[in-house]
Amino acid sequence: MVPQDLRYTKEHEWVRIEGDLATVGITPYAAEQLGDIVFVELPDVGRTVTQFSAVGVIESVKAVSDLFAPVGGEVTETNAELAGAPELLNSDPLGRGWMLRIKVVDHAQVDRLLDQSAYEALISEA
Amino acid sequence: MAYGPHTTEDRARMLAAIGARSVDDLFADIPPPLRSSGLNLPPPESEAALSARLRALADRNRVDLVSFLGAGAYRHFSPAVVDQLLLRGEFYTAYTPYQPEISQGTLQTIYEYQSLMAELTGLDVVSASHYDGATATAEGALMSCRATRRGRVLVSRGVHPHYSETLCTYFAGASLTADEIPLVADGPAAGTTDLAALERMLADADRPVAGVVAANPSFLGLIEPMAEIGRLAHSAGALFVSVVEPVSLAVLASPGEYDADIATGDGQPLGIPLSYGGPYLGILSCREALVRQIPGRLIGMTTDVDGKRAFVMTLRAREQDIRREKASSNICTNQALCALAAAIYLAAIGPHGLRDVAALGAARASDLERALAVAGAPRLHPGPYLNEFAVRVPGASRVHARLIDRGILAGLPLARAFPDDPSLADALLVCATEVTTPEDIAAFAAALGEELAGAAR
Repeated sequence: MVPQDLRYTKEHEWVRIEGDLATVGITPYAAEQLGDIVFVELPDVGRTVTQFSAVGVIESVKAVSDLFAPVGGEVTETNAELAGAPELLNSDPLGRGWMLRIKVVDHAQVDRLLDQSAYEALISEA
Repeated sequence: MAYGPHTTEDRARMLAAIGARSVDDLFADIPPPLRSSGLNLPPPESEAALSARLRALADRNRVDLVSFLGAGAYRHFSPAVVDQLLLRGEFYTAYTPYQPEISQGTLQTIYEYQSLMAELTGLDVVSASHYDGATATAEGALMSCRATRRGRVLVSRGVHPHYSETLCTYFAGASLTADEIPLVADGPAAGTTDLAALERMLADADRPVAGVVAANPSFLGLIEPMAEIGRLAHSAGALFVSVVEPVSLAVLASPGEYDADIATGDGQPLGIPLSYGGPYLGILSCREALVRQIPGRLIGMTTDVDGKRAFVMTLRAREQDIRREKASSNICTNQALCALAAAIYLAAIGPHGLRDVAALGAARASDLERALAVAGAPRLHPGPYLNEFAVRVPGASRVHARLIDRGILAGLPLARAFPDDPSLADALLVCATEVTTPEDIAAFAAALGEELAGAAR
């Protein structure tokens, strides 16, 4: 079941937009594909990122994947819990496993993201 | 005797199975102009004749010289146990321990090597080793750039010129800059890293520094103010990479003790023969916070499904074969046999033995300094050294050549290392270790005295 209020990238990040603030994480599908996640590298707070650029790293026991920003803007917050508990990405990727928050500069960028049915189609094809 | 495993019939069957007419067919994709046109080797010889031919070639090497050469590779005594254990088939031809279930022995020896280097350097994490001190130092500098996300590194002129050159080669490919920190020209600190210059270079706000690289002892043999250099680097937000010689760590302060973030060096002095320049052993270690930045293989300790202690390659996902172009380095190998030699040497000689090796070398170097000064070649610099130092010799290159004719390898003419520095044109870099004898020193001093007297006439 895929939550209805989120948008997605083709690289399996989810984003929830609330006003000017975008909360970002990786989808349950991505977490399952990666396997046990052991380390997360997040961008510094205050850094300005561009849409779809690689802003962090997710390391599992078998692979290291880049984290891509679904929208551009300034990083306002990162999830401090992930440093000590990277496994939250596996156990609760949509909740406690949130990764960072971005202050959105251009809401039109959201139109480039997948909606829930497009994302469901993407992962069912895989 | 044919040493290949396949007969003509074997080859014919394999070719038939894949539908190729000849082995040459397998290279059809390579354009004819690029194909080899034959190797033009001499006809085969018997094993006896070939051995004699190779022995004659080897005899052209001068191994008879009384040597005072250091400059990055050092003569030490290696106990017989090192070679004897290395020659064991389980070690000598073992390949990469990709499968821990059949490689516990190999993995444990590398883990022991890492542990011993961690003790010597005083840092938390040690890689399974790199090619040599030069590449390890380049990797250490790259680590500082990745960790700080800055693109400029400062390298003291006291670091081995080959290491600096290698670092610059790596940096050119990555579009990073390496600037040289000058040495103090005169006074009590002459020849050591110029701290005032370093401070000025670090203060350039437009070009923030990722790392500061300095060696202790330096290439010139001098003891460097490492704690001060580290303090200046850290004040500017840069990491401190210290280049060290492992035997000296038995008596000098370790990188961990003066807050270095990364330590590099060459492990050749630990039971590895000079062998005309290699293979040697690249040592790379760092603080725990940088563990995900360190390139190369890492062996870790864990427990298996039965709860028994086991060793594995760890943090594998970071290596080049998995991370590909995003990896921190191209390296995905190590100098396993040389690392094993170093581990056996250290285990055999022990911490007290290593201290004796370092202290004896220092004592012999002190005798050497006195003897050479009496012979007319005083030290170039006033500061403290461990077992290597530079002496002033007029016409150093010519004297060096004449001393070889007299059976003495009088160190390194510094003009070869610094051709653009006129102040080093008349200087030799000399070294003594625990294998240097008083007779060697007397012979060197006597010959040098005669050469200098002869030249003066």
